[in-house]
Amino acid sequence: MSLGSRIIGASIIASSLFALPAFAEECIAPADPGGGWDFTCRTAGKLLYDLQLVDEPVQVTNMPGGVGAVAWANVASRRADDASLIVATSTVGITEIAQGRYPSDASAMRWIGMLGTDVGVVVVPADSEYETLDQLVEQLNQDPASIAAAGSSGAGGWDHIRLLMLAEAGGLSSEEYQQIRWVQFDGGSPAVTQMLGGQVDVVTTDLGEIAGFVESGDIRILAAMSDEPIPAFPDAPTAIDQGYEVTGYNWRGFYTGGDVSDEAYDEWVATLEELYNTDEWKEAAESSGLIPVWRGGEEFETYVNEQAEQMAEISRQIGVIE
Amino acid sequence: MDILSLLGQGFAVALTPTNLALAMFGCFIGTMIGALPGIGPVNGVAILIPVAFSLGLEPVSALIMLSCIYYGCMYGGRISSIMLNIPGDEPAIMTTLDGYPMAKAGKASQALAISALASFVGATFATIGLTLFAPMLAKAAIYFGPADYFALYVMAFATIGGVTGANPFKTLLAAFLGLMIASVGLDPATGTARYTFGSYHLYDGFDPIVAIVGLFAISEVLVYLEGVHKDEARSVPLGRAIPKFSEIFVGGWAHARGSVIGFLCGILPGAGASLGAFMSYIFERRWSDKNGTFGKGDPKGIVAPEAGNNAASGGALIPMLTLGVPGSGTTAVMLALLISLNIQPGPLLFEREPEMVWGLIASLYIANVVLLVMNIPMVGIFTRVLAMPQWILMPFVVMVSFLGIYSISHSTFDLFVMIGFGVLGYGLRKLDISLVPVILGLLLGADMENNLRRALSISGGDFSILLASPISVLLYVVTFAMLMLAFGFAYVGRRKARRAADGP
Repeated sequence: MSLGSRIIGASIIASSLFALPAFAEECIAPADPGGGWDFTCRTAGKLLYDLQLVDEPVQVTNMPGGVGAVAWANVASRRADDASLIVATSTVGITEIAQGRYPSDASAMRWIGMLGTDVGVVVVPADSEYETLDQLVEQLNQDPASIAAAGSSGAGGWDHIRLLMLAEAGGLSSEEYQQIRWVQFDGGSPAVTQMLGGQVDVVTTDLGEIAGFVESGDIRILAAMSDEPIPAFPDAPTAIDQGYEVTGYNWRGFYTGGDVSDEAYDEWVATLEELYNTDEWKEAAESSGLIPVWRGGEEFETYVNEQAEQMAEISRQIGVIE
Repeated sequence: MDILSLLGQGFAVALTPTNLALAMFGCFIGTMIGALPGIGPVNGVAILIPVAFSLGLEPVSALIMLSCIYYGCMYGGRISSIMLNIPGDEPAIMTTLDGYPMAKAGKASQALAISALASFVGATFATIGLTLFAPMLAKAAIYFGPADYFALYVMAFATIGGVTGANPFKTLLAAFLGLMIASVGLDPATGTARYTFGSYHLYDGFDPIVAIVGLFAISEVLVYLEGVHKDEARSVPLGRAIPKFSEIFVGGWAHARGSVIGFLCGILPGAGASLGAFMSYIFERRWSDKNGTFGKGDPKGIVAPEAGNNAASGGALIPMLTLGVPGSGTTAVMLALLISLNIQPGPLLFEREPEMVWGLIASLYIANVVLLVMNIPMVGIFTRVLAMPQWILMPFVVMVSFLGIYSISHSTFDLFVMIGFGVLGYGLRKLDISLVPVILGLLLGADMENNLRRALSISGGDFSILLASPISVLLYVVTFAMLMLAFGFAYVGRRKARRAADGP
């Protein structure tokens, strides 16, 4: 028996001794198979079991509908105290909450933690006339209606809001930036391919899904909407470096029902933090374009509530909600 | 040649005993999943992803197994279309039009064998296309913008009246019904809720698969219940268990026409297999329906859509692999699988992961052969379904429908929606209105609207964008020509009929 297998064996015994929930855990992906939330559930679920952080394979349930509203309503009404359940969500879900599209506000659930984040980017085709964010913003200032932009969300969704936040930081008034034409596609890759086909001028969306096009040289990042340069593309300038105080993350995390006991909640926070601290998670996250970031427990709840308020404020400014 | 040596390496990967066994397993499971109404390829692949993970498979092996399931589903979808008039999945709806009449006429085994061969031809054609031209075709598909997609859907709707032989007004009525149903849900461009009456379950609109199972399967059961007291035992002549070879090769050039049209629809991300099957059927009908046998069990009415939907499924892998843009729900799931296996699809995939890509392509060739070999002897087993007494068959259909739909969304709401569609389907059948155009309206309507909205968002509301690209102009010209031809034929046909009536 090699040392490695002994350590693994020991850790299996050790983990089974510690108080872990004895029932099978379930992760609800509030979307069809294939999207970001589905990925969050499946990757986290697979690693939780592979690394023996839970006893049995995590069951992934797809519960699509209303950009997460169906799963939210289901948990709130029927499984509010089900400690075996976690639900994947992200900044996109918070946008929906902030715009009043879920049956209740963020305080109805217990927010466990986030494990990583995608970064919003502004991209143009490699042969675009816009070399820097300044040039794009200058054009927007001259004639906001001259630019057609696209992303994976509808008007008022997170991709759109991120562009408008940049435009506002660039000195456009709300009447002006509402004239920017916005086109919705069913994901970041379709938006980028349509941009390469000459249909739109610029795309704002998460980097993860479209990183391949940056690596292949088909598109250029004008601005990364993060505090620090993105590890995978250290040369891509951030918006902040170019004088625009804007960040636009899309974090991935989990919530559970509002009536789950403190004990079970703390256990989930601990389990997910343990998952976050493994190399396997960091590897999985980075390979899909996420930057591993941990916020858990109370810190995360505060963060979510603040973000929801902030998002509601932006949505009011751009006229998405009253 | 470069491609041949790469493909050779691919076969070396795919032909290891483990991978070959997984391919065969995938083909078998896929055929079964496709044949059961309601489950369909999207959910079949999604359900089996955890299995692939828990077996601890290598990424290549997992992908090979799931691709074989995907191809298998496309083969299997036709089985219940032909045997029960219930499509196993969306692309199989066109196969009900001629497949079921053939089965009723006692040619079930022939219909199954013909469709197996057509599936093989279509899928092999697409796989060859994928091998030779993938990166090039992906570049061409980029230039197909929202206005061009809209023109493509206009063409589809302009020709929808010709789908069934019956009264074209009833067909149009059914298609518009489908369009109306498609408008329910969140408007993707602005997030406004339409006709949802405050129910979150309606936010995503009606899932086409729920509508299909309701309209076809549940209404079939209702029709049966109505007749059950009249004691009319339906006796279907079974015919030969294994058809003669000469009876299988009746499709001729319909194979080629269906394959080409389906493949072209498949390459366009978003259009996918349903449009491929539909377009193939429509063109084939225009091309070779000289005696009005389409819709009454014409073998070419099976060959064209089956070759079309399988070619489209293969074609849909091209944008998925080279652009990371899924052409259908199933390829979206496979895309997610690739990403969770740490493989990033996109423009660099072929350079970075040659072993994986070419192993996958080689396994698709193998899957096709396996599926053909597996499906011909299985014809005999499937035809036994028709010999089953209705009082066993119908409860089974109900059970599979409920299980299948519940397994998709885990929501009882969808079950009620399904029953609602069943009642609607029953009503439409009583009015002698074909159900196929309803589904086409629902399937194509949402995409048609989305692309119109996108085109108008791009132009800032200026409708001239719809005619601004040469691709869309070409599509409108073809549409116009097809309509003129249809009217011309109808006019000539009526004059002939009148002359015949005037004669002695």
